[in-house]
Amino acid sequence: MKAKELQKLAHQLRKDILRMTHAAKAGHPGGSLSMIDIVTALYFDKLNVDPNKPKDPERDRFILSKGHASPGMYAVLAEKGFFPKEELMKFRKIDSLLQGHTDIRVPGVEMSAGSLGMGVSYANGIAFARKLDNRSYHIYVMLGDGETQEGQIWEAAMNTSFHKLKITTIIDKNRIQNDDFVEKTLVIDPLDDKWKAFGWDVIEIDGHDMDEILKALEKAEKSKGPVAIIADTIKGKGVSFMENNPEFHGKAPNDEELKKGLEELDAKIRSLS
Amino acid sequence: MTQKLEASREGYGRGLVKAAKKHKDVVSLEADLGKSTKSRMLIPEFPERWISCGITEQNMIVTAAGLAWSGKIPFASTFAIFSERAFEQIRNAVARPKMNVKVIGSHAGLVTGTDGASAQAIEDMAIYRSLPNMVVICPADSMEAEKATLALAEYDGPAYMRLTRDKTPILFDDNHKFEIGKAIILKEGKDLSVVACGPLIPIALEAAELLKKEDIDAEVINMSTIKPLDKDTLLRSAKKTGKVITAEDHNIIGGLGGAVAEVLAENSDAKLARIGVQDTFAESGAPKDLYEKYGLTAENIVRTAKKL
Repeated sequence: MKAKELQKLAHQLRKDILRMTHAAKAGHPGGSLSMIDIVTALYFDKLNVDPNKPKDPERDRFILSKGHASPGMYAVLAEKGFFPKEELMKFRKIDSLLQGHTDIRVPGVEMSAGSLGMGVSYANGIAFARKLDNRSYHIYVMLGDGETQEGQIWEAAMNTSFHKLKITTIIDKNRIQNDDFVEKTLVIDPLDDKWKAFGWDVIEIDGHDMDEILKALEKAEKSKGPVAIIADTIKGKGVSFMENNPEFHGKAPNDEELKKGLEELDAKIRSLS
Repeated sequence: MTQKLEASREGYGRGLVKAAKKHKDVVSLEADLGKSTKSRMLIPEFPERWISCGITEQNMIVTAAGLAWSGKIPFASTFAIFSERAFEQIRNAVARPKMNVKVIGSHAGLVTGTDGASAQAIEDMAIYRSLPNMVVICPADSMEAEKATLALAEYDGPAYMRLTRDKTPILFDDNHKFEIGKAIILKEGKDLSVVACGPLIPIALEAAELLKKEDIDAEVINMSTIKPLDKDTLLRSAKKTGKVITAEDHNIIGGLGGAVAEVLAENSDAKLARIGVQDTFAESGAPKDLYEKYGLTAENIVRTAKKL
């Protein structure tokens, strides 16, 4: 898919994120909106995944470590055809498929998440299995920037390079965490130097520029060792009143906000047509 | 019962090698304690299936989960106490998604000895038993540990097995049959049921001999699976004797004693006394001295039986 088409699709998926969190009256729109351009690029341009064979041993793996960004993940998987789109409106409801945080009972989800800091370790495990089985699929992990405050991330990062495992980790650097801005909570910078010191190659991009995203993924794919893509993003990207607003980390839009948000996104989609 | 001694972790090491030979997907992960847990016994034959994680217990557990998600059968070993550092990882990345990960905790209980209270896990069985989907095993000797390791490799699901540092009597030979969730009556009796696990099994057998002199005919049950607890064997014995004593190298809260108390409270009129660590942290000392001081002895079982 071309960059422009991917961008349009990402905006459509943004609408799903708003609709499903609105219907659930809960969920995490901010971090879903910040990562969605990258996840869209992965699923509709890069990953070798087939909704008809969700457990294919040769499939590429995408591990969403920041499991609270489930609305973004589910919107992408539904669009890709892993389950019917109607499920999105039952998000977080009793007896429904779509759990509040990503769960392996959902077709296409590779890791039950919801507790931060575990994705790189999990990807390391998959990479060890790939080596033992002599396979060559790609493994991607999506982390939040606040998430890198977890010590386990660095335990895992040290293991990835030591064991020469090839993984691409994307850090959705939206600068906001649950309570407040990252810089007011616990400074994580210089993030690039930290990953480099742990033996990773670092690529820095604008996480909302489709061309840059595609180029970075291409480069990471060709790299021999582990790669950390630090993606500069905006929390709540695409919806004016959610952008850079810590309030919308874990708050759903109300009726009025939904209407306004959808209108804004429709306008963006029209301008790309 | 022979007098030969061996630590249950030796049986684990042998079992791991046998399991690896039998199942190509068995892998071992270690957090820098492989000499102690005996997981390093895998290295000569299967170097590529032994993964050194360094001192990263949380990372090791979730790496094991990733391996399990890819069809491997990971055994992640460290000291029991340090596995607890990854409790939330075990809960959320292993137990909840029902990953086929075996958590192996060596050096459990006061029998760990001179390392002191920081190393003596006395709550591991309680915390892991509280997790849905988890199997919890405490083998009675090195042979049972070996057999349990093989059984775990064949069981598809999350499990925790605790092992001991110190040598304890070898009770079983190679014909020993271990089945997850199945207790074994080692000695039949009609007056009292002594339900024990791990290193308290030889002590319970010794107590049963001493009780003979007091005209108390004790039944000794090896409850090597703490979860799922073999309720049938327990309740049948309790119905017969009307009196139950549990014995374990673990806090009396939440482990074997706790599990037995839960079953008896809901299903039986039998009286119960729990021998084990009485909700306290212990100290450094030789295992034998610690067992004396904290009441994990045949004499204490006898005293308790007479009062019950």
